[in-house]
Amino acid sequence: MAVDLATVTRIAKLARLRLAPGEAEPLVAELNGILRWIEQLGEVDTAGVEPMAAVIPNHLRWRPDAVTDGGVAAAVLANAPASEAGFFAVPKVIE
Amino acid sequence: MEWRDANRMTALTDLTLAAMRDGLRARSFSAAELAQAHIAAVEAARPLNAFIVETPDHALKAAAAADAALARGEAGPLAGVPLGIKDLFATEGVQTTAGSKILEGFVPPYESTVTAKLFAAGAGMLGKLNMDQFAMGSSNETSAFGEVVSPWRARQPDGALSNRVLVPGGSSGGSSAAVAARLCAGATGTDTGGSIRQPAAFTGIAGIKPTYGRCSRWGVVAFASSLDQAGPMTRDVRDCAILLQAMSGFDPKDATSLDAPVPDWEAALTGDLRGVRVGVPREYRLDGIDPEIAAMWDAGLAWVKDAGATVVDVSLPHTKYALPAYYIVAPAEASSNLARYDGVRYGLRVNEGGSLDAMYEATRAAGFGPEVKRRIMIGTYVLSAGFYDAYYRQAQKVRTLIARDFARAWESCDVLLTPTAPSAAFSPGDKADPLAMYLNDVFTVPSSLAGLPAMSVPAALTATGLPLGLQVIGRPLDEAGVLNAGFALERAAGFAARPERWW
Repeated sequence: MAVDLATVTRIAKLARLRLAPGEAEPLVAELNGILRWIEQLGEVDTAGVEPMAAVIPNHLRWRPDAVTDGGVAAAVLANAPASEAGFFAVPKVIE
Repeated sequence: MEWRDANRMTALTDLTLAAMRDGLRARSFSAAELAQAHIAAVEAARPLNAFIVETPDHALKAAAAADAALARGEAGPLAGVPLGIKDLFATEGVQTTAGSKILEGFVPPYESTVTAKLFAAGAGMLGKLNMDQFAMGSSNETSAFGEVVSPWRARQPDGALSNRVLVPGGSSGGSSAAVAARLCAGATGTDTGGSIRQPAAFTGIAGIKPTYGRCSRWGVVAFASSLDQAGPMTRDVRDCAILLQAMSGFDPKDATSLDAPVPDWEAALTGDLRGVRVGVPREYRLDGIDPEIAAMWDAGLAWVKDAGATVVDVSLPHTKYALPAYYIVAPAEASSNLARYDGVRYGLRVNEGGSLDAMYEATRAAGFGPEVKRRIMIGTYVLSAGFYDAYYRQAQKVRTLIARDFARAWESCDVLLTPTAPSAAFSPGDKADPLAMYLNDVFTVPSSLAGLPAMSVPAALTATGLPLGLQVIGRPLDEAGVLNAGFALERAAGFAARPERWW
């Protein structure tokens, strides 16, 4: 399955990556090279094979439903590019 | 400085972790002296660009605490040992970037579990080590803070050192360069598809990726969560055992952390391989394998036999599919993990006065480097509607088959012995094609996909004087077997080469 310029542009949109002018074209060739290579997986017979879920068998643990963290709003906001009144601040989304 | 002082400082930076521990306890030198010698070495080695941030104060503070603890006779196992920390580990109050501009200026308000354990054991931190951006790379060329330069230089036919720059491997290239150049005796690394083992091989040091789940991932910047594992990089196998012991252990804050006891790995180092069956996977004998790599591998097999092991031929039939499966699974997980860098909660924000979406797109375009963008694009594509089954699901099934190959091999052998990398260190720009770079991980990726413990041990030099490493792969949770085979190889190889100082 080869990608074209329209697909690369759509994927970039989904990935929230703005491509600079001239950045998309080389990506088409690079991604096609990589995708052609990974497509050899198609030749492996995987009928009846379960996809890997956990690399080392490990069962997920239960813990008491108790508050174990929190009350650190200032630390949470300390690295925010913008914050206001104890909240993260972002460009206006509702007019 | 008196020549005697200079000699003493050099002698201190040549010590292994074990020798530091013993010398500190014998009061042959103080932790403060040890820290100062390493801080001076770090400052003198800035041309290597191994550190993104230097933290001499952290190292000195830990040294003062260690000297006091030693005087009271209650020092921790790593008391007074100065370490380098890969910039993927969140360190409280110290910038943590993962080698990316998108996290420049990010100062974590918390400590990763692994670094917290090391500091609780008495270690200090010399600084944050440079790395491939988000650990995506095998050469350190993708760091946003400039590439790390290997301390190693090839030797020309006339015996003089070439001035051609070599890469230290990656992604833990700052760690490998710093340990090889005697800036620290031990450093943390992380390994997703070979990022501890390949740089260790390129710089003539030892490094182990433990079983997936041994070291907590809490506070380690995520790349591909089902593969990422932390581990130590040191100059010998004993030091790997010591440091790994301090880094490992169950952590309730990591859902994939293994609730298993941490053995005394150092005590298990005997070098005696009697009764051990060493497997040689025939699929790793690639057509056109470098003759120097093949010769090192043969030497390694002779060494394990000398140590009492038997060598058996094994087959891992899905080996050729490991790299393509990895380049679906890892980018898919990365595209999901890296969605968090959106300019809202931490890191870079580029806001040109437009919409929220425009801010996300501008921030990520400016903050991520080309290799990170490439992998996010691949990951987004293989997870997108209509392609998930053909790519991601198929790759996870192939991963099951690769893990089964190893499980079958363990019926006839106890450890596997292979080369770590298909070549010695190359120069920046030599692998400009992304695919050529990916293929450098051919021997390390399969064991990553299966979550197995694996280590690299320095084994030989090329004709031009560059180090080569042997890889030992073991059963799940059998770090003891891996380390002991590594220990036997190390003793037989007698690798004593070190980079000649040019910086």
